This record gives sequence, C-alpha cells and structure tokens, in this order.
Amino acid sequence: MSAGNALTRSAPWRGTAWMMGKLGLSGRSLVIAIPMLWLAVFFLAPFFVLGRISLAEAIIARPPYTPFFDRAPDGSLEILASFENYRFLLEDALYRNAYLSSIRIALVSTLFALLIGYPIAYYIARAPEPKRSVLLMMVILPFWTSFLLRVYAWMGFLRSNGVINNTLISLGIIDSPIQMMQTDFAVYIGIVYTYLPFMILPLYANLTKLDGALLEAASDLGASPMVTFFTVTLPLSLPGIVAGSMLVFIPAIGEYVIPALLGGPDTLMIGRVLWDEFFSSRDWPVASAVAIVMLVLVVAPIMWLQSVQNRREET
Amino acid sequence: MAQPAAASETRPWRDAASRPFISVRSLIKRFDDFTAVSNVDLDIYKGELFCLLGESGCGKSTLLRMLAGFEQPTSGAIFIDGEDMARVPPDRRPTNMMFQSYALFPHMSVEKNVAYGLLREGVKKSEAYARAGDMLRMVKLEKLARRKPDQLSGGQRQRVALARSLVKKPKLLLLDEPLGALDKKLREETQFELIKLQETLGVTFIVVTHDQDEAMTLATRIGVMKDGVIEQIGEPREIYETPNSRFVADFIGTVNLFTGKVAAVAPDMMRIETAELGDVRLPPQTGLTYGQQVWGAVRPERFALSRTRPEGAANAWEGVVEEMGYIGHMSQYRIRLASGVLIRATQSNRLRDEDPISWDEKVWISVQPAAFRVLTR
Repeated sequence: MSAGNALTRSAPWRGTAWMMGKLGLSGRSLVIAIPMLWLAVFFLAPFFVLGRISLAEAIIARPPYTPFFDRAPDGSLEILASFENYRFLLEDALYRNAYLSSIRIALVSTLFALLIGYPIAYYIARAPEPKRSVLLMMVILPFWTSFLLRVYAWMGFLRSNGVINNTLISLGIIDSPIQMMQTDFAVYIGIVYTYLPFMILPLYANLTKLDGALLEAASDLGASPMVTFFTVTLPLSLPGIVAGSMLVFIPAIGEYVIPALLGGPDTLMIGRVLWDEFFSSRDWPVASAVAIVMLVLVVAPIMWLQSVQNRREET
Repeated sequence: MAQPAAASETRPWRDAASRPFISVRSLIKRFDDFTAVSNVDLDIYKGELFCLLGESGCGKSTLLRMLAGFEQPTSGAIFIDGEDMARVPPDRRPTNMMFQSYALFPHMSVEKNVAYGLLREGVKKSEAYARAGDMLRMVKLEKLARRKPDQLSGGQRQRVALARSLVKKPKLLLLDEPLGALDKKLREETQFELIKLQETLGVTFIVVTHDQDEAMTLATRIGVMKDGVIEQIGEPREIYETPNSRFVADFIGTVNLFTGKVAAVAPDMMRIETAELGDVRLPPQTGLTYGQQVWGAVRPERFALSRTRPEGAANAWEGVVEEMGYIGHMSQYRIRLASGVLIRATQSNRLRDEDPISWDEKVWISVQPAAFRVLTR
C-alpha cells in the first residue's frame, strides 16, 4: 500500500518512472548505469583505442601511426591492420625478457609482502579495540605523504653514503659501502614497502572475521598453536591472501616509477620498456601492443583463479 | 535415609568415601575488577551428567572454560582424575568441549571435522576416518559425511559437533548450551538421545545451560549458579523440593514466596507469622530461633483447592479465583486472599471434572505442613 501511495503522491516521479519504463529502464538500472558508464568511458574505450593503435604501423606524422581506414587506389575503403607488432614482440628477446623479469619481480615482491604483511595483519586483527584502531591507522598513515617523496626517502637510506651504509661503517661492521641503490634489491624494497598496506588491509579484513571459537576448538581437539595455524587459520584466510596478493601483484607488474628511481640499468621491467617505446622511440603501435600483451598476461591468471575459486565454492 | 543398597554405585555423591573424578578447589576467576567465578568448590564423580544452571553472566561458562583450559584461574585448583590441570594447556587435557556455536571448521567436510582430533593424536589416516565413520553412524549422520557444515541443518550441525567432541573418547566432555540453538521439539528429542549416548559411552558430562527444564531432564545433579557462586548442588529432586534459598526456589520452577518471622518454637510444632498468610503451623525445624526472619516457599501444585473448608487442615485460607487457565493436563489458578496476596496454584486434571472450580468462585486453599518449605535466606 505504501509503495503505491508514494507513486501516486509524487507526480513528477511518476512521470519519470513512466518514461523510464517506456525505455525499458528502472531505478535499479539507473543506479548501475553510472559505474558502467564510468568503466565504458575510462577503461573500455581507451582499451579499444589502444587495441586499434597496436594494429597500425608507426609513421612520422601526427598522430604517429597509420590510419585504420584508408582509401584504396580504386576509391573503396580498406582496413589497414596487421599483427606485425605482436610478431615483433614475440621475436625480440628484449620484450620477452622484460615480461619475464617483470613477472618475476612482481611475484617475489608479492611473496615478501605476504610474508611480512600476514603477521602484521594477524597481530592487528587480534589486538584489543583501542590499540587495533591505532595500529590500522599506522598502516594507512604513509598514504598521506606523497608516494614519490617516500621513494626518494628510500634513496636517502640506500645510497652509498646513505643512512644504512653510514651506520654500518661507523659501527665498524663494514669497511666500504655496500652497493644497494640501482640494484634489484632496491626495487624489491621499494615495491614491498609501497604496496604492503594493500596486502595488510584485505588480510586484516579477513582475519578479523575469523571465529575465535574455531581456534579454541582446534586446540581442544589436540592441535598445538602451530598446527592450528596451518590447519585452520591459514586455509580460512586464503581469500584474504588471494585478494592481497592480487592487489600487490597487479600494480607491481606494471610498476614504472620504482624501478626507474631505485633500479639500475639491468633492472628490466615492462613499465620501463613501455615508456621507452612511447616517448623515446615514439613507436606508439609497438608500445600499444606491449600494453595489450601485458594486460592479457595479468588478466588471464586472474580469471583462471576466479573460476577456480567459484568452482570450489560450488562444491 | 532408606536408600537401595546400590545407591552409592549410581549416586556416588551420597557416599562420603567415594573419590571424586573432578575436583575444583577454591576456584576464583577475575576479569579486571569483575569476579566471574568466586571461590567455587565442586566435586564431580565418574559417569555423572552434571548440569551447571544459571542465568547468562552467572559465571557458568567461565567455569566450563577453565575446565577446558581456555581461561586461566586467578587462583584455586582444578584436578581431573587426580591430576592438577594448572600447567596443562587445552590441547593436552583429557577433556573435549562441545561449543555453543558448535565451532565446526567451515572449510572441512563433516568427516574431516570429526577425524580432526584423531589425526592430531597421531592416529593413522585410515583408522581415523574409520573411527570418525563409526561415530557418525552413532549420531545417524553417516550419509552426510562428505557435506560441508554450511550444507547442514541446525540439528545436523549439533550432532556433528557432538560426534567431533566424543570421537577421542575424552575422560570429560564439556557441553556449552548443547541444545540452545535447537527448536523446542528437537530439543526435547535430543535431550534423551544425549542421555542415552552418555550412558553408552560412560563419559562424564558437564553441561552448562540456562534452561531449567533441560537441566532437570538431563542431570544426575545440578549446580545452581548466581553471581559466580554455586548457590546449591543437588539432585534435580532435591533442588526442586528442598531449595536452600529464595533464589534457587524462584529460579527452578514456579514458587509462592512469603516473608515472615518465627513466632513460636515448641518440641512438636513451630509457628511462623507471615505478612501474607497470617500464622502458619509447621513441624519444627532445626536451626531456627524465635524471632528469626524467614521466608516460606510453596510450589503451586502443593496447594489443595476446595469449595468448603477442608477438615483437619492445619493451614487453610479463603480466597477468590481471580484467573483460571485450563491447559489440558492441568489448570492454573490465581487466587486472591483476604490479605490481598495473589496465590499461584495448579491442579492436576487427573480425573475428568464436569464442574471444575472456576472464575470468581470462593475457594479454600490448604497446604500440607511438610510442603511448606522454610528458607532462611
């Protein structure tokens, strides 16, 4: 009764609802339309533009690639598209190595972020209330300063005459500074440090939901704390581990700033290759192909993981 | 007391010489400045089904959790089968617990849940699953062994939890509100299954419950708890018939309470002067002195109702039926006496009565002196 009255009472709304109904729309579809539109304009459309450029050829012009449609000599419209750029990516070892190295660096960083983040998330989730909020705050706090500034701060630590080397030398532990800047080690430090909160937060959200009675039940049935962790806590926190790892792995694989600032000339990552292709070589089509391949490389394992998880939930 | 000779075997607590299986001595548990359990002494014997009964927050769950080892006592000692439990962690105690929330592992099948405890003990995988299967047959769940807990009904989950806690054949099983989440009908059926299971396996049970009917049905003995203290320990019949305080009398079942003073004590009788009933004549009771403040307690079913003054009754009062409810097997009455007090009485409908006492009738109520319980606190 109330719903019917509400509609008859407010005439303008009734008019709108009637018009939307004619168009096959409802209030619900209107709500979902906004994020859909956002995704279409800012993700799907650029993706298609990128895909289209990747099929073109680089030329010296503005824009620096061949048009998609062209007039043939006989006046008919023809499509200029080739997979030449993709073939080029496959054949040139530089790109293959860049992809492999990016995946390796992202995987190792994710693993370390997990190993460091899990105990932190566990500790915060088990902490009593006032303390817990403070600890969570401390995890989020670094986000309030510029990301670039924090990477520069790490340079100050890792430099040959930086804080770490100076301290170690003054303590007499080492004689000459250790080379840390411009190594893969520095890149790992930068990535793990930067993305650690993305690992901690989903893990924390998962671990706070863990029912303490389950841990007591395990212990009651004769499981030591260690066994309880591996048989109960860890399997139940798997969704948190997956979510956190995704949030670290995906941005890490395409990371540009950290390897550019902390890494050396040998640190080969796809983000850097992409930059070089776009801005140094001005080869937009190859750069677009690099980007598309990376997207596929990242999306494919995620979709596979999702389907595995869905299947497991069904059974 | 004239008890059968075998009484000490089935009721070891009546025999001062029998050795308790579980001993709790001066047990205290404080959380900051809140005392959850305050100086509890308790002896429980092998094969008992002991119920800790009390309202929420009375400390019964805390006591249970200390027995399981999840809480450390502030002071005092717990002995299980003669062994001091002070330094024994929960995973090494000879106890198992059935949790109120069941605490089934959601990522494991029913079978894996039940086998979990055996595998931790180092039992071989094949044997562990065979024994888990036996246990599941016992609770009639063998067909659901491969299901996950969230695919089971509440009653089925309850039985998985029971199977999991019994599969290791613990010396002592602790049950925290084991039937609390079941609906009434299922609860009544399960009560008797639980008793049967306990008798078959011979495991000592300690059950925590807030449901007095459940405690009365299940228990060999009941410990009534209030504010961290065990108010009274006794067999269900003792607790009901001879409560030792107004709290216990009121907590178990329904009771009419009267305040009064001891007005006369003679070798063959005693007189109590109450505000609500006037003088009440009773057989003498030891430990009472003249002028002492006492309370009278009478169960509703102990009142006899009649239209005329019952002959020879020492204590009878006249009143008017203010309300009457026919329940089937019995009828409930609320009778207003001349003093203004409202008496709750019940009459069993053992015989079919074509002309029962009804609304607005003048009636006489009387009570046998022995059914009038005098309480000092």
